[in-house]
Amino acid sequence: MKKYDNLVMNAVGRLVPTEVNGQLMIPFMGSGKYKPTGKMAAPPIPTTADYPLDGNKLVDSLAEALHKCGLKDGMTISTHHHMRDGDLVSNMIFDIAHEMGIKNLVWFPSASFPCNEPLIKYLEDGTINRIEGSMNGPLGRFTSRGGMKGTAVLRAHGCRHQAVQDGEVHIDIAVMAAPTADPFGNANGLYGKSACGGLGFGIADTHYADKTIVVTDNLIPFPCAPMQIEGNFVDYVVKVDSIGIREKIVSGTTQITKSPDRLRLAEMTTEFCLEAGLIRDGFSFQAGAGGTSLSIGVFIHEILKKNGWKARFAVGGANKYLDDMLYDGTLDYILDGQTFDLDAVRSMREDANHIAVSAFSSYNYHAKGNHSTMLDLVILGATEVDLNFNANVVTHSDGLLLHGIGGWQSAIQGKTTILPIPLFRDRIPVIRDEVTTLCGPGEFIDVIVTERGIAINPLRTDLMEKMKNSPLPIKTLQELKEESERICGKPEKPNFSDEIVAVIKWVDGTVIDVVRKVAP
Amino acid sequence: MEPIAIAGNKGKGIRSDCHVTLELTSSGGVDIKLESKVKTLYGQAITAKAKEILDFFGISNCKLLIEDTGALDLVLAARMEAAIKQLINTDKCFLPEMLTQNLYATAKDQNRFSRLYLPGNSPQLMLNAGIHRPNGIILDLEDAVAYAKKEEARFLVRNALRSIDFYGAERMVRINQIPKGLDDLEYIIPYNVNLILVPKCESAAQIVAVNEKIEELKKKYHLDYPVWLMPIIESALGVMNALQIAHSANNVVAMAIGLEDYTADLGTQRTNEGTESFFARSFLVNACKSAGIQAIDSVFSDIADMEALKQNVLRSKALGFDGMGCIHPRQIQVIHENFAPNEAEIEKAKKIMNAFIEATEKGLGVVSLGTKMIDPPVVKRAQRTIELAITMGKLSKNWREEEE
Repeated sequence: MKKYDNLVMNAVGRLVPTEVNGQLMIPFMGSGKYKPTGKMAAPPIPTTADYPLDGNKLVDSLAEALHKCGLKDGMTISTHHHMRDGDLVSNMIFDIAHEMGIKNLVWFPSASFPCNEPLIKYLEDGTINRIEGSMNGPLGRFTSRGGMKGTAVLRAHGCRHQAVQDGEVHIDIAVMAAPTADPFGNANGLYGKSACGGLGFGIADTHYADKTIVVTDNLIPFPCAPMQIEGNFVDYVVKVDSIGIREKIVSGTTQITKSPDRLRLAEMTTEFCLEAGLIRDGFSFQAGAGGTSLSIGVFIHEILKKNGWKARFAVGGANKYLDDMLYDGTLDYILDGQTFDLDAVRSMREDANHIAVSAFSSYNYHAKGNHSTMLDLVILGATEVDLNFNANVVTHSDGLLLHGIGGWQSAIQGKTTILPIPLFRDRIPVIRDEVTTLCGPGEFIDVIVTERGIAINPLRTDLMEKMKNSPLPIKTLQELKEESERICGKPEKPNFSDEIVAVIKWVDGTVIDVVRKVAP
Repeated sequence: MEPIAIAGNKGKGIRSDCHVTLELTSSGGVDIKLESKVKTLYGQAITAKAKEILDFFGISNCKLLIEDTGALDLVLAARMEAAIKQLINTDKCFLPEMLTQNLYATAKDQNRFSRLYLPGNSPQLMLNAGIHRPNGIILDLEDAVAYAKKEEARFLVRNALRSIDFYGAERMVRINQIPKGLDDLEYIIPYNVNLILVPKCESAAQIVAVNEKIEELKKKYHLDYPVWLMPIIESALGVMNALQIAHSANNVVAMAIGLEDYTADLGTQRTNEGTESFFARSFLVNACKSAGIQAIDSVFSDIADMEALKQNVLRSKALGFDGMGCIHPRQIQVIHENFAPNEAEIEKAKKIMNAFIEATEKGLGVVSLGTKMIDPPVVKRAQRTIELAITMGKLSKNWREEEE
């Protein structure tokens, strides 16, 4: 089986393969152009007759559960990333697979973290053929250097659900870490020593996988409520000592920035939003998990308080900053896809307006509408932007794949998307002639805010008009690019090999770009 | 002389800098080794620049190791020149581009609410200093630079004055204490510095000495722009001589007080209330006002407590100070907001200005408001308040027309 084949030019001018890991792929055709046909995928029909009538699905170990699920070469194993950098379960699965001598597995996580670095040895020895998910930090570096046997596939959270639902990825075994569960398999992330909030990223997995294993370190008698994961979809339940390292489950990405430069950026973004009328009574927003975006959330909160306004809903990445808003009445609802800190876990437990959602309902593009397009204001980051507002979130300018897409590709479809980014990072300009990897077409990016000037997408004639006489430094991307190159010098063009190591999917399942191998 | 020279910074938390290790050799040509996190995008440019600099100083055989964390050319050049000059004697200077937008002069009485201290040997804090819009930036060669780094900091500060855009902030340098500080002047006076801070100043004679050196350099380099002085009073002796220092030269535009050293000199502790320094601050303000110059208060060192900073600014303003130092960019806005005229002050100034303009239009020699006579200094002060309010965006430029 070839890693990839049959390259064609897609609608954003990127050369992409139409065959990846032996599977046919559709090149990106333009937003909303690809119309899917046919029926959704479905798992085999189970029967209660095959399951213990007392509801007790406990087995002694994860190894036994995997064995009972029929783990064999070439299977696809899915996990969710609600344990974030504290995850202990994913590594356990592949330790067991390796011991069983299994080869060519596909790991299908909703995201990976630096804690998954030990899996590199299994990617090297062929226990794992490839990752379809996200590759952060060490795994990304390994992938960039061509270490993976198969071709990696990166998908946004909503796109991951689309892939499962459309039958593009068939999950053989879903292994769901669960902070609290009962022997029947009902589970939630609200209680227990490894509490993480919602379990939204795993819900589609349990619905579509052939087999589902729940792994918990807090087993309680039936019923475990609320039932974020429903036991009716679960085959086996395993009790282990620990599914996660508590302090890393709620990890440090969710701190507001202390950097004065980033705070200035946050201030300028907030000023822009206020002047452009983007923050108002009844509006909705999503702010990313980065320090700058979080600070903007805090500034938005202050503005709402000062004006006596309320936001109708915020999509998260829930954290204590959103909770504060919920509690003082400046926000009606949190729609929480993942819960970033313990304050937010508590608020999800206690507040009926803090709602656990799955990316299935919120950000799946192949659905009867989704939440992202209803968002009024979206504030996110990017590693690079080109002169046409196309943006990159997965690779750095030196070509290294270091980040996942997260919810980014879906969220940018909100009504106004703003990317606050520094004009350069350690000499490296952020505005480029061409982005290294195109993750989001410029038509979805409305405003770029840098500390040295703000560029409005010319497609947004309404914003251009509104900000015509603004005291803020409104400039073109070309002007900003020239300014950064005056300061940093013009960057050289990095030499990438032709070899493709990863493909980037768009929310509709088409291929928008690829990542090429970099020299070691 | 040592056969190997080093300059620059590396290690945890260091960014936008480089560390160079230079060894002169007798043969074998130029051997450059580059370790850089931006190598993919700037590797060739860095090596080419390094070669150009070695060539400029006539070095044809050497081993050079550059450990780079994203240094701009002006930083690389400063680090290399500092290393080279440890090994060879030369009068040549490798000067990076002087940005045309840096060629501005400042006015004697311009607004000096805030001035941001930037350690003179830390490029990472210099690059974005201007985006925080302080009234002035201070490239500090004195207390913020370790003793062993004093020499190399001069090259960095010189290059920063030439090549970093501070977006209109008054370009200031704090030199070392006199007499050592006199040697710093050669590295800064020719590069369009606007103002020199003279630390631990204790006598008018020190100001005279600084001015003699400045005049000498101005002649040597044919310079005609003004270089203002701001002595910093940091001891009991300095306080007692503050009156003479304030009157010591025409280019002294402001005088500042440094309370950390002053309270240490008194043998007391610095408190937020500032009772221990009340005399010194008040005396300094009076000395300044008697000379028609600005009085500048000490920095506030708790960078996390913005409310305490605000109270400090309000006390400072009430004592008659015109500005304050900042050690963190987040302090700038608080300082500007609270030194700026408040609503009541603006309203009063508007009334005075209206009365003055009406009186002038009617050809009256005497201005009065209600039953009160208004003296010319009061009018001047009101005018200044209005100007400040307009600059700070608290009052429209066309406020008179808009109110009619």
